[in-house]
Amino acid sequence: MSDATLLSARGLSLSFGAIRALAEVDVDLWPGEMLAVVGESGSGKTTLLNVLSGRLAPDAGAVWYRDPSGRLHDVHAMPAPALRTLHRSDWGFVHQDPRQNLRMNVTAGGNVGERLMAQGARHYGNIRAQAIDWLMQVEIDADRVDDMPRTFSGGMLQRLQIARTLVTHPRLVFMDEPTGSLDVSVQARLLDLIRTLVSRLKIAAVLVTHDIGVARLLAHRIMVMQRGRVVETGLTDQVLDDPQHPYTQLLVSSVLQA
Amino acid sequence: MKGYNFAYLDEQTKRMIRRALLKAVAIPGHQVPFGSREMPLPYGWGTGGIQVTASVLGADDVLKVIDQGADDTTNAVSIRRFFARTAGVRTTTRTADATVIQTRHRIPEKTLREDQIIVYQVPQPEPLYRLEPSRVETRRMHALADYGLMHVKLYEDISRFGQISISYDYPVMVNHRHLMSPSPIPAFDNPKMHKMPALQLFGAGREKRIYAIPPWTDVRSLDFDDHPFRAIRAPHPCGLCGATDSYLDEVVIDDSGGRLFVCSDTDHCAERRTAGHVGTDGLQEAAE
Repeated sequence: MSDATLLSARGLSLSFGAIRALAEVDVDLWPGEMLAVVGESGSGKTTLLNVLSGRLAPDAGAVWYRDPSGRLHDVHAMPAPALRTLHRSDWGFVHQDPRQNLRMNVTAGGNVGERLMAQGARHYGNIRAQAIDWLMQVEIDADRVDDMPRTFSGGMLQRLQIARTLVTHPRLVFMDEPTGSLDVSVQARLLDLIRTLVSRLKIAAVLVTHDIGVARLLAHRIMVMQRGRVVETGLTDQVLDDPQHPYTQLLVSSVLQA
Repeated sequence: MKGYNFAYLDEQTKRMIRRALLKAVAIPGHQVPFGSREMPLPYGWGTGGIQVTASVLGADDVLKVIDQGADDTTNAVSIRRFFARTAGVRTTTRTADATVIQTRHRIPEKTLREDQIIVYQVPQPEPLYRLEPSRVETRRMHALADYGLMHVKLYEDISRFGQISISYDYPVMVNHRHLMSPSPIPAFDNPKMHKMPALQLFGAGREKRIYAIPPWTDVRSLDFDDHPFRAIRAPHPCGLCGATDSYLDEVVIDDSGGRLFVCSDTDHCAERRTAGHVGTDGLQEAAE
Protein backbone atom coordinates (compact mmCIF):
# COMPACT_ATOMS: atom_id res chain seq x y z
CA MET A 1 0.00 0.00 0.00
CA SER A 2 1.41 3.39 -0.94
CA ASP A 3 1.96 5.93 1.79
CA ALA A 4 -0.02 8.73 0.11
CA THR A 5 -3.53 8.85 1.54
CA LEU A 6 -6.53 9.42 -0.69
CA LEU A 7 -8.57 11.13 1.98
CA SER A 8 -7.47 12.26 5.39
CA ALA A 9 -9.16 14.21 8.12
CA ARG A 10 -7.70 15.72 11.26
CA GLY A 11 -9.44 16.90 14.41
CA LEU A 12 -13.01 16.91 13.06
CA SER A 13 -15.45 18.31 15.61
CA LEU A 14 -19.07 19.19 15.17
CA SER A 15 -21.82 19.96 17.66
CA PHE A 16 -25.53 20.27 17.09
CA GLY A 17 -26.37 22.55 20.02
CA ALA A 18 -25.51 20.62 23.15
CA ILE A 19 -25.02 17.35 21.27
CA ARG A 20 -21.45 16.54 20.30
CA ALA A 21 -21.84 14.65 17.04
CA LEU A 22 -18.12 14.50 16.32
CA ALA A 23 -15.24 15.03 18.72
CA GLU A 24 -11.64 15.19 17.50
CA VAL A 25 -12.08 12.52 14.82
CA ASP A 26 -9.10 11.62 12.63
CA VAL A 27 -9.58 9.54 9.48
CA ASP A 28 -7.10 8.20 6.92
CA LEU A 29 -8.08 6.35 3.80
CA TRP A 30 -5.65 4.92 1.27
CA PRO A 31 -6.44 4.27 -2.42
CA GLY A 32 -8.37 1.05 -2.99
CA GLU A 33 -9.05 0.56 0.68
CA MET A 34 -12.40 -0.05 2.34
CA LEU A 35 -12.92 1.52 5.72
CA ALA A 36 -15.93 0.59 7.82
CA VAL A 37 -17.31 2.96 10.42
CA VAL A 38 -19.36 1.06 12.98
CA GLY A 39 -21.21 2.08 16.10
CA GLU A 40 -24.71 2.23 17.48
CA SER A 41 -27.22 4.70 16.08
CA GLY A 42 -26.59 8.25 17.22
CA SER A 43 -22.84 7.68 17.51
CA GLY A 44 -22.07 10.16 14.72
CA LYS A 45 -21.39 7.73 11.86
CA THR A 46 -23.60 9.40 9.28
CA THR A 47 -22.50 12.86 10.42
CA LEU A 48 -18.91 11.78 9.87
CA LEU A 49 -19.78 10.60 6.36
CA ASN A 50 -21.48 13.89 5.56
CA VAL A 51 -18.51 15.89 6.85
CA LEU A 52 -15.98 13.75 4.95
CA SER A 53 -17.91 14.16 1.72
CA GLY A 54 -18.13 17.93 2.12
CA ARG A 55 -21.91 17.99 2.52
CA LEU A 56 -21.69 19.28 6.08
CA ALA A 57 -19.11 21.76 7.38
CA PRO A 58 -17.36 20.84 10.66
CA ASP A 59 -16.90 23.30 13.56
CA ALA A 60 -13.20 22.48 13.63
CA GLY A 61 -10.77 20.32 11.69
CA ALA A 62 -10.12 19.76 8.01
CA VAL A 63 -10.63 17.11 5.35
CA TRP A 64 -7.99 16.68 2.65
CA TYR A 65 -8.52 14.89 -0.65
CA ARG A 66 -5.70 13.96 -3.02
CA ASP A 67 -6.75 14.26 -6.69
CA PRO A 68 -5.41 11.92 -9.42
CA SER A 69 -2.55 14.30 -10.17
CA GLY A 70 -1.41 14.13 -6.54
CA ARG A 71 -2.49 17.59 -5.41
CA LEU A 72 -4.18 17.96 -2.04
CA HIS A 73 -7.50 19.80 -1.75
CA ASP A 74 -9.14 21.05 1.42
CA VAL A 75 -12.67 19.70 0.84
CA HIS A 76 -14.36 22.40 2.91
CA ALA A 77 -12.38 25.29 1.42
CA MET A 78 -13.08 24.19 -2.16
CA PRO A 79 -15.22 26.40 -4.36
CA ALA A 80 -18.73 24.98 -4.78
CA PRO A 81 -18.34 24.19 -8.51
CA ALA A 82 -15.16 22.18 -7.86
CA LEU A 83 -16.82 20.20 -5.06
CA ARG A 84 -19.83 19.55 -7.30
CA THR A 85 -17.55 18.34 -10.10
CA LEU A 86 -15.82 16.05 -7.62
CA HIS A 87 -19.14 14.64 -6.46
CA ARG A 88 -20.23 13.78 -9.97
CA SER A 89 -16.94 12.38 -11.24
CA ASP A 90 -14.29 11.19 -8.76
CA TRP A 91 -16.67 10.54 -5.90
CA GLY A 92 -19.88 8.64 -5.41
CA PHE A 93 -22.46 8.46 -2.67
CA VAL A 94 -24.65 5.43 -1.97
CA HIS A 95 -27.59 6.16 0.29
CA GLN A 96 -29.41 3.79 2.57
CA ASP A 97 -32.64 4.65 0.77
CA PRO A 98 -32.04 4.42 -3.00
CA ARG A 99 -35.03 6.69 -3.62
CA GLN A 100 -32.98 9.60 -2.27
CA ASN A 101 -30.45 9.20 -5.02
CA LEU A 102 -32.47 7.86 -7.94
CA ARG A 103 -34.90 9.81 -10.07
CA MET A 104 -38.05 7.76 -9.70
CA ASN A 105 -39.75 9.22 -12.81
CA VAL A 106 -36.79 8.54 -15.09
CA THR A 107 -36.05 5.10 -16.62
CA ALA A 108 -33.29 2.89 -15.27
CA GLY A 109 -31.13 3.72 -18.30
CA GLY A 110 -31.61 7.45 -17.80
CA ASN A 111 -30.70 7.11 -14.14
CA VAL A 112 -27.47 5.31 -14.93
CA GLY A 113 -26.68 7.68 -17.80
CA GLU A 114 -27.22 10.90 -15.87
CA ARG A 115 -23.72 11.11 -14.43
CA LEU A 116 -22.23 10.41 -17.86
CA MET A 117 -24.31 13.19 -19.40
CA ALA A 118 -23.43 15.54 -16.55
CA GLN A 119 -19.80 14.91 -17.44
CA GLY A 120 -20.46 15.88 -21.03
CA ALA A 121 -21.21 12.57 -22.79
CA ARG A 122 -23.31 13.52 -25.83
CA HIS A 123 -23.57 10.28 -27.81
CA TYR A 124 -26.88 8.56 -27.16
CA GLY A 125 -25.74 5.16 -28.42
CA ASN A 126 -22.66 5.09 -26.20
CA ILE A 127 -24.54 6.29 -23.13
CA ARG A 128 -27.16 3.62 -23.62
CA ALA A 129 -24.58 0.89 -24.22
CA GLN A 130 -22.77 1.85 -21.03
CA ALA A 131 -26.04 1.95 -19.09
CA ILE A 132 -26.93 -1.56 -20.28
CA ASP A 133 -23.44 -2.79 -19.50
CA TRP A 134 -23.70 -1.48 -15.96
CA LEU A 135 -27.17 -2.88 -15.41
CA MET A 136 -25.78 -6.30 -16.29
CA GLN A 137 -22.80 -5.79 -13.98
CA VAL A 138 -25.21 -5.26 -11.09
CA GLU A 139 -27.27 -8.27 -12.22
CA ILE A 140 -30.28 -6.42 -13.61
CA ASP A 141 -31.64 -7.76 -16.91
CA ALA A 142 -30.69 -5.63 -19.92
CA ASP A 143 -34.32 -5.52 -21.08
CA ARG A 144 -35.27 -3.59 -17.94
CA VAL A 145 -33.28 -0.60 -19.20
CA ASP A 146 -36.40 1.34 -20.21
CA ASP A 147 -38.41 0.48 -17.11
CA MET A 148 -39.21 2.94 -14.35
CA PRO A 149 -37.46 2.43 -11.00
CA ARG A 150 -40.83 2.24 -9.27
CA THR A 151 -41.39 -1.16 -10.91
CA PHE A 152 -38.16 -2.43 -9.29
CA SER A 153 -37.88 -4.31 -6.02
CA GLY A 154 -35.95 -2.88 -3.06
CA GLY A 155 -32.84 -4.92 -3.79
CA MET A 156 -32.91 -4.00 -7.48
CA LEU A 157 -33.28 -0.32 -6.59
CA GLN A 158 -30.20 -0.55 -4.40
CA ARG A 159 -28.27 -2.26 -7.20
CA LEU A 160 -29.49 0.36 -9.66
CA GLN A 161 -28.20 3.04 -7.32
CA ILE A 162 -24.83 1.34 -7.23
CA ALA A 163 -24.72 1.14 -11.04
CA ARG A 164 -25.61 4.83 -11.26
CA THR A 165 -22.85 5.70 -8.82
CA LEU A 166 -20.10 3.53 -10.30
CA VAL A 167 -20.73 4.25 -14.00
CA THR A 168 -18.23 7.13 -14.00
CA HIS A 169 -15.57 4.97 -12.29
CA PRO A 170 -15.22 7.03 -9.11
CA ARG A 171 -12.07 6.63 -7.01
CA LEU A 172 -13.90 7.08 -3.74
CA VAL A 173 -17.39 6.01 -2.74
CA PHE A 174 -19.23 6.92 0.45
CA MET A 175 -21.78 4.33 1.51
CA ASP A 176 -24.38 4.98 4.16
CA GLU A 177 -25.79 1.64 5.33
CA PRO A 178 -26.12 0.31 1.77
CA THR A 179 -27.76 -2.91 2.96
CA GLY A 180 -29.77 -1.39 5.80
CA SER A 181 -33.25 -1.60 4.34
CA LEU A 182 -32.98 -5.02 2.72
CA ASP A 183 -33.89 -8.49 3.91
CA VAL A 184 -31.12 -10.93 4.76
CA SER A 185 -30.95 -12.97 1.55
CA VAL A 186 -30.90 -9.85 -0.62
CA GLN A 187 -28.27 -8.34 1.68
CA ALA A 188 -25.95 -11.25 1.12
CA ARG A 189 -26.15 -10.96 -2.66
CA LEU A 190 -25.65 -7.23 -2.53
CA LEU A 191 -22.63 -7.51 -0.23
CA ASP A 192 -21.12 -10.04 -2.59
CA LEU A 193 -21.72 -7.68 -5.49
CA ILE A 194 -20.24 -4.66 -3.72
CA ARG A 195 -17.17 -6.67 -2.72
CA THR A 196 -16.60 -7.89 -6.28
CA LEU A 197 -17.08 -4.50 -7.90
CA VAL A 198 -14.99 -2.60 -5.38
CA SER A 199 -12.05 -4.97 -5.60
CA ARG A 200 -12.20 -5.18 -9.40
CA LEU A 201 -12.41 -1.42 -9.93
CA LYS A 202 -10.00 -0.68 -7.07
CA ILE A 203 -12.36 1.81 -5.49
CA ALA A 204 -11.71 3.20 -2.05
CA ALA A 205 -14.79 3.35 0.12
CA VAL A 206 -15.98 4.63 3.46
CA LEU A 207 -18.76 2.35 4.61
CA VAL A 208 -21.05 3.33 7.44
CA THR A 209 -22.87 0.43 9.05
CA HIS A 210 -24.22 -0.73 12.36
CA ASP A 211 -23.87 -4.31 11.25
CA ILE A 212 -20.60 -5.88 12.40
CA GLY A 213 -21.12 -8.74 9.93
CA VAL A 214 -21.18 -6.36 6.98
CA ALA A 215 -17.99 -4.70 8.22
CA ARG A 216 -16.23 -8.04 8.65
CA LEU A 217 -17.18 -9.16 5.17
CA LEU A 218 -16.28 -5.99 3.26
CA ALA A 219 -13.84 -3.82 5.15
CA HIS A 220 -10.07 -3.86 5.34
CA ARG A 221 -10.00 -1.56 8.31
CA ILE A 222 -12.59 -0.65 10.88
CA MET A 223 -13.31 2.36 13.04
CA VAL A 224 -15.53 2.02 16.09
CA MET A 225 -17.41 5.13 17.16
CA GLN A 226 -19.22 5.94 20.36
CA ARG A 227 -20.84 9.29 21.16
CA GLY A 228 -18.93 11.12 18.44
CA ARG A 229 -15.53 9.71 19.39
CA VAL A 230 -13.42 7.06 17.72
CA VAL A 231 -12.83 4.53 20.49
CA GLU A 232 -10.93 1.94 18.52
CA THR A 233 -9.46 1.60 15.06
CA GLY A 234 -7.40 -1.03 13.26
CA LEU A 235 -7.50 -3.94 10.83
CA THR A 236 -10.97 -5.48 10.73
CA ASP A 237 -10.02 -8.98 11.87
CA GLN A 238 -7.74 -7.64 14.55
CA VAL A 239 -10.37 -5.35 16.05
CA LEU A 240 -13.20 -7.86 15.83
CA ASP A 241 -11.22 -10.87 17.06
CA ASP A 242 -9.40 -9.05 19.82
CA PRO A 243 -11.37 -5.97 20.82
CA GLN A 244 -9.56 -3.76 23.33
CA HIS A 245 -12.10 -1.08 24.20
CA PRO A 246 -15.02 -2.10 26.45
CA TYR A 247 -17.54 -0.68 24.00
CA THR A 248 -16.07 -2.68 21.11
CA GLN A 249 -16.10 -5.81 23.30
CA LEU A 250 -19.77 -5.18 24.00
CA LEU A 251 -20.51 -4.62 20.34
CA VAL A 252 -18.72 -7.79 19.22
CA SER A 253 -20.18 -9.97 21.95
CA SER A 254 -23.72 -8.78 21.20
CA VAL A 255 -23.61 -10.26 17.70
CA LEU A 256 -25.35 -13.61 17.48
CA GLN A 257 -22.90 -16.36 16.64
CA ALA A 258 -24.00 -18.22 13.57
CA MET B 1 -53.20 59.90 -24.69
CA LYS B 2 -54.22 62.22 -21.89
CA GLY B 3 -53.80 61.01 -18.32
CA TYR B 4 -51.23 58.38 -19.23
CA ASN B 5 -47.44 58.53 -19.28
CA PHE B 6 -45.83 57.72 -22.65
CA ALA B 7 -46.26 53.98 -23.28
CA TYR B 8 -48.39 53.46 -20.16
CA LEU B 9 -45.64 52.64 -17.60
CA ASP B 10 -44.24 55.39 -15.35
CA GLU B 11 -40.65 56.43 -15.93
CA GLN B 12 -39.31 54.86 -12.72
CA THR B 13 -40.70 51.47 -13.71
CA LYS B 14 -39.22 51.76 -17.19
CA ARG B 15 -35.90 52.69 -15.64
CA MET B 16 -36.02 49.59 -13.44
CA ILE B 17 -36.88 47.37 -16.42
CA ARG B 18 -34.14 48.92 -18.56
CA ARG B 19 -31.61 48.21 -15.84
CA ALA B 20 -32.75 44.57 -15.82
CA LEU B 21 -32.52 44.52 -19.63
CA LEU B 22 -28.93 45.82 -19.56
CA LYS B 23 -28.00 43.16 -17.06
CA ALA B 24 -29.72 40.51 -19.19
CA VAL B 25 -27.88 41.59 -22.34
CA ALA B 26 -24.59 41.52 -20.45
CA ILE B 27 -25.13 37.86 -19.47
CA PRO B 28 -26.81 36.23 -22.48
CA GLY B 29 -29.45 33.70 -21.46
CA HIS B 30 -29.29 34.49 -17.74
CA GLN B 31 -32.64 35.17 -16.06
CA VAL B 32 -32.70 38.55 -14.32
CA PRO B 33 -35.44 39.17 -11.74
CA PHE B 34 -37.45 42.37 -12.08
CA GLY B 35 -40.37 44.03 -10.31
CA SER B 36 -43.15 43.03 -12.67
CA ARG B 37 -46.14 45.43 -12.55
CA GLU B 38 -49.85 44.79 -12.81
CA MET B 39 -50.77 45.39 -16.43
CA PRO B 40 -54.24 45.91 -17.89
CA LEU B 41 -54.33 42.37 -19.28
CA PRO B 42 -54.33 38.95 -17.61
CA TYR B 43 -51.21 36.98 -16.78
CA GLY B 44 -50.42 34.65 -19.64
CA TRP B 45 -51.49 37.16 -22.27
CA GLY B 46 -48.13 38.84 -22.49
CA THR B 47 -47.71 40.98 -19.37
CA GLY B 48 -43.95 40.43 -19.48
CA GLY B 49 -43.60 41.18 -23.17
CA ILE B 50 -45.75 44.30 -22.94
CA GLN B 51 -43.63 45.72 -20.09
CA VAL B 52 -40.41 45.10 -22.00
CA THR B 53 -41.91 46.67 -25.13
CA ALA B 54 -43.11 49.70 -23.16
CA SER B 55 -39.59 50.19 -21.78
CA VAL B 56 -37.76 50.03 -25.12
CA LEU B 57 -40.33 51.90 -27.20
CA GLY B 58 -39.46 55.42 -28.40
CA ALA B 59 -41.65 57.98 -30.18
CA ASP B 60 -40.08 57.16 -33.58
CA ASP B 61 -40.45 53.40 -33.32
CA VAL B 62 -42.73 51.35 -35.54
CA LEU B 63 -44.38 48.48 -33.69
CA LYS B 64 -45.50 45.11 -34.99
CA VAL B 65 -47.26 42.60 -32.74
CA ILE B 66 -47.79 38.96 -33.70
CA ASP B 67 -49.51 36.08 -31.99
CA GLN B 68 -48.71 32.61 -33.40
CA GLY B 69 -47.31 34.42 -36.44
CA ALA B 70 -50.56 36.24 -37.15
CA ASP B 71 -51.08 40.02 -36.99
CA ASP B 72 -54.86 39.77 -36.79
CA THR B 73 -55.57 37.63 -33.72
CA THR B 74 -57.06 39.04 -30.52
CA ASN B 75 -53.87 39.19 -28.53
CA ALA B 76 -51.91 40.85 -31.34
CA VAL B 77 -54.64 43.35 -32.21
CA SER B 78 -55.26 44.44 -28.63
CA ILE B 79 -51.59 44.88 -27.71
CA ARG B 80 -50.94 46.80 -30.94
CA ARG B 81 -53.90 49.07 -30.24
CA PHE B 82 -52.82 49.47 -26.62
CA PHE B 83 -49.49 50.98 -27.70
CA ALA B 84 -51.03 52.98 -30.52
CA ARG B 85 -53.24 54.65 -27.91
CA THR B 86 -50.84 54.97 -24.95
CA ALA B 87 -47.66 55.82 -26.89
CA GLY B 88 -49.00 57.12 -30.17
CA VAL B 89 -46.36 55.11 -32.05
CA ARG B 90 -46.86 54.01 -35.63
CA THR B 91 -47.83 50.38 -36.01
CA THR B 92 -47.41 48.01 -38.92
CA THR B 93 -48.04 44.44 -39.91
CA ARG B 94 -45.03 44.39 -42.26
CA THR B 95 -41.98 42.74 -40.67
CA ALA B 96 -39.57 44.76 -42.79
CA ASP B 97 -41.03 48.11 -41.66
CA ALA B 98 -41.07 47.38 -37.91
CA THR B 99 -38.34 48.49 -35.50
CA VAL B 100 -39.83 46.68 -32.49
CA ILE B 101 -41.66 43.36 -32.86
CA GLN B 102 -43.50 41.84 -29.93
CA THR B 103 -44.21 38.19 -30.48
CA ARG B 104 -45.97 35.25 -28.94
CA HIS B 105 -44.97 31.73 -30.09
CA ARG B 106 -43.25 32.62 -33.40
CA ILE B 107 -40.27 34.32 -35.01
CA PRO B 108 -41.13 35.99 -38.35
CA GLU B 109 -40.00 34.12 -41.45
CA LYS B 110 -38.22 37.18 -42.83
CA THR B 111 -34.65 37.51 -41.52
CA LEU B 112 -34.49 40.30 -38.95
CA ARG B 113 -32.00 43.16 -39.20
CA GLU B 114 -29.56 44.78 -36.80
CA ASP B 115 -31.83 47.81 -36.31
CA GLN B 116 -34.72 45.70 -35.08
CA ILE B 117 -35.65 44.42 -31.62
CA ILE B 118 -37.78 41.33 -31.08
CA VAL B 119 -39.61 40.97 -27.74
CA TYR B 120 -40.86 37.53 -26.74
CA GLN B 121 -43.74 36.86 -24.36
CA VAL B 122 -42.61 34.11 -21.99
CA PRO B 123 -44.95 32.04 -19.81
CA GLN B 124 -42.22 29.99 -18.09
CA PRO B 125 -38.63 31.27 -18.20
CA GLU B 126 -37.11 28.28 -16.37
CA PRO B 127 -36.16 25.55 -18.87
CA LEU B 128 -35.65 23.03 -16.04
CA TYR B 129 -38.91 23.57 -14.21
CA ARG B 130 -40.58 20.34 -15.30
CA LEU B 131 -37.51 18.36 -14.26
CA GLU B 132 -36.49 20.06 -11.02
CA PRO B 133 -39.24 21.60 -8.90
CA SER B 134 -36.97 23.60 -6.58
CA ARG B 135 -35.98 27.06 -7.80
CA VAL B 136 -33.11 27.12 -5.32
CA GLU B 137 -31.77 24.01 -7.00
CA THR B 138 -32.31 25.20 -10.59
CA ARG B 139 -30.55 28.48 -9.79
CA ARG B 140 -27.63 26.48 -8.42
CA MET B 141 -27.62 24.35 -11.57
CA HIS B 142 -27.48 27.48 -13.73
CA ALA B 143 -24.71 28.94 -11.58
CA LEU B 144 -22.61 25.78 -11.90
CA ALA B 145 -23.61 25.10 -15.54
CA ASP B 146 -24.79 21.68 -14.35
CA TYR B 147 -27.17 20.76 -17.17
CA GLY B 148 -26.92 16.95 -17.23
CA LEU B 149 -30.56 16.77 -16.16
CA MET B 150 -31.80 18.40 -19.36
CA HIS B 151 -29.97 15.76 -21.36
CA VAL B 152 -31.60 13.07 -19.22
CA LYS B 153 -34.93 14.39 -20.49
CA LEU B 154 -33.70 14.16 -24.09
CA TYR B 155 -32.34 10.66 -23.41
CA GLU B 156 -35.73 9.62 -22.04
CA ASP B 157 -37.44 10.96 -25.16
CA ILE B 158 -35.22 8.97 -27.49
CA SER B 159 -35.50 5.76 -25.47
CA ARG B 160 -39.30 6.08 -25.38
CA PHE B 161 -40.17 7.55 -28.78
CA GLY B 162 -37.04 6.93 -30.83
CA GLN B 163 -36.52 10.66 -31.27
CA ILE B 164 -36.50 13.89 -29.29
CA SER B 165 -40.19 14.64 -29.01
CA ILE B 166 -40.07 18.29 -27.92
CA SER B 167 -41.84 20.23 -30.66
CA TYR B 168 -41.97 23.69 -29.03
CA ASP B 169 -40.09 25.46 -26.22
CA TYR B 170 -37.08 23.39 -27.26
CA PRO B 171 -34.23 24.17 -24.82
CA VAL B 172 -31.21 26.03 -26.18
CA MET B 173 -27.69 26.71 -24.94
CA VAL B 174 -26.88 30.42 -25.24
CA ASN B 175 -23.32 31.60 -25.72
CA HIS B 176 -22.04 28.10 -24.71
CA ARG B 177 -22.97 28.88 -21.12
CA HIS B 178 -26.62 29.31 -20.11
CA LEU B 179 -29.44 26.87 -20.72
CA MET B 180 -32.42 28.92 -21.83
CA SER B 181 -36.08 28.46 -22.69
CA PRO B 182 -36.72 30.07 -26.09
CA SER B 183 -40.37 30.69 -25.02
CA PRO B 184 -42.95 28.40 -26.65
CA ILE B 185 -41.82 28.99 -30.22
CA PRO B 186 -41.84 25.89 -32.44
CA ALA B 187 -38.51 24.05 -32.62
CA PHE B 188 -38.67 25.01 -36.30
CA ASP B 189 -37.81 28.59 -35.28
CA ASN B 190 -34.85 27.68 -33.05
CA PRO B 191 -32.20 27.92 -35.78
CA LYS B 192 -33.32 31.52 -36.47
CA MET B 193 -32.13 32.52 -33.00
CA HIS B 194 -28.56 31.48 -33.77
CA LYS B 195 -26.45 34.53 -34.64
CA MET B 196 -29.56 36.64 -35.23
CA PRO B 197 -28.65 40.22 -36.19
CA ALA B 198 -31.55 41.65 -34.13
CA LEU B 199 -31.58 42.07 -30.35
CA GLN B 200 -33.80 39.44 -28.69
CA LEU B 201 -35.50 40.31 -25.39
CA PHE B 202 -37.64 37.96 -23.28
CA GLY B 203 -40.16 39.06 -20.66
CA ALA B 204 -41.99 36.79 -18.23
CA GLY B 205 -44.49 38.92 -16.30
CA ARG B 206 -46.02 36.41 -13.90
CA GLU B 207 -42.63 34.79 -13.19
CA LYS B 208 -40.97 38.23 -12.94
CA ARG B 209 -37.94 37.39 -15.07
CA ILE B 210 -36.23 39.09 -17.99
CA TYR B 211 -33.55 37.57 -20.20
CA ALA B 212 -31.94 38.46 -23.50
CA ILE B 213 -29.79 37.35 -26.40
CA PRO B 214 -27.57 40.10 -27.82
CA PRO B 215 -27.16 40.28 -31.62
CA TRP B 216 -24.86 37.71 -33.25
CA THR B 217 -24.81 35.37 -30.25
CA ASP B 218 -24.37 31.62 -30.48
CA VAL B 219 -27.62 29.77 -29.77
CA ARG B 220 -27.49 25.97 -30.01
CA SER B 221 -30.42 23.61 -29.62
CA LEU B 222 -29.52 20.74 -27.29
CA ASP B 223 -29.08 17.37 -28.94
CA PHE B 224 -26.99 14.20 -29.06
CA ASP B 225 -24.17 13.57 -31.53
CA ASP B 226 -26.05 10.60 -33.00
CA HIS B 227 -29.49 12.23 -32.70
CA PRO B 228 -28.91 15.75 -34.03
CA PHE B 229 -31.49 18.51 -33.70
CA ARG B 230 -34.06 18.59 -36.50
CA ALA B 231 -36.43 21.43 -37.28
CA ILE B 232 -39.82 19.80 -37.76
CA ARG B 233 -42.21 21.14 -40.39
CA ALA B 234 -45.46 19.77 -41.79
CA PRO B 235 -44.56 18.10 -45.14
CA HIS B 236 -46.82 20.29 -47.30
CA PRO B 237 -46.60 23.50 -49.29
CA CYS B 238 -48.65 26.48 -48.05
CA GLY B 239 -52.18 26.22 -49.50
CA LEU B 240 -52.38 29.95 -50.22
CA CYS B 241 -48.90 31.01 -51.32
CA GLY B 242 -47.24 27.68 -52.11
CA ALA B 243 -44.26 28.31 -49.79
CA THR B 244 -42.33 25.14 -48.98
CA ASP B 245 -39.93 26.64 -46.44
CA SER B 246 -42.26 28.36 -43.96
CA TYR B 247 -43.85 27.08 -40.76
CA LEU B 248 -47.41 25.91 -41.37
CA ASP B 249 -50.65 25.96 -39.41
CA GLU B 250 -53.13 23.17 -39.99
CA VAL B 251 -56.65 24.52 -40.41
CA VAL B 252 -59.75 22.33 -40.34
CA ILE B 253 -62.01 23.64 -43.11
CA ASP B 254 -65.03 21.35 -43.06
CA ASP B 255 -66.52 18.44 -41.13
CA SER B 256 -65.50 15.76 -43.65
CA GLY B 257 -61.77 15.68 -42.94
CA GLY B 258 -60.82 18.69 -45.04
CA ARG B 259 -57.49 20.22 -44.08
CA LEU B 260 -55.70 23.36 -45.20
CA PHE B 261 -52.06 24.03 -44.48
CA VAL B 262 -51.22 27.74 -44.46
CA CYS B 263 -48.22 29.83 -43.42
CA SER B 264 -48.51 30.74 -39.77
CA ASP B 265 -46.69 34.01 -40.55
CA THR B 266 -49.54 35.99 -42.16
CA ASP B 267 -47.30 38.86 -43.29
CA HIS B 268 -44.94 36.45 -45.03
CA CYS B 269 -47.84 34.73 -46.79
CA ALA B 270 -49.51 37.98 -47.88
CA GLU B 271 -46.23 39.33 -49.22
CA ARG B 272 -45.65 36.21 -51.29
CA ARG B 273 -49.17 36.31 -52.69
CA THR B 274 -48.73 39.97 -53.66
CA ALA B 275 -45.57 38.92 -55.47
CA GLY B 276 -47.64 36.45 -57.49
CA HIS B 277 -47.03 33.13 -55.71
CA VAL B 278 -50.15 30.98 -55.60
CA GLY B 279 -50.77 27.74 -53.73
CA THR B 280 -53.15 24.91 -54.62
CA ASP B 281 -55.98 26.39 -52.53
CA GLY B 282 -55.18 30.00 -53.31
CA LEU B 283 -57.11 30.29 -56.59
CA GLN B 284 -60.16 28.68 -55.04
CA GLU B 285 -60.17 31.32 -52.32
CA ALA B 286 -59.87 34.11 -54.87
CA ALA B 287 -62.81 32.68 -56.81
CA GLU B 288 -65.03 32.64 -53.73
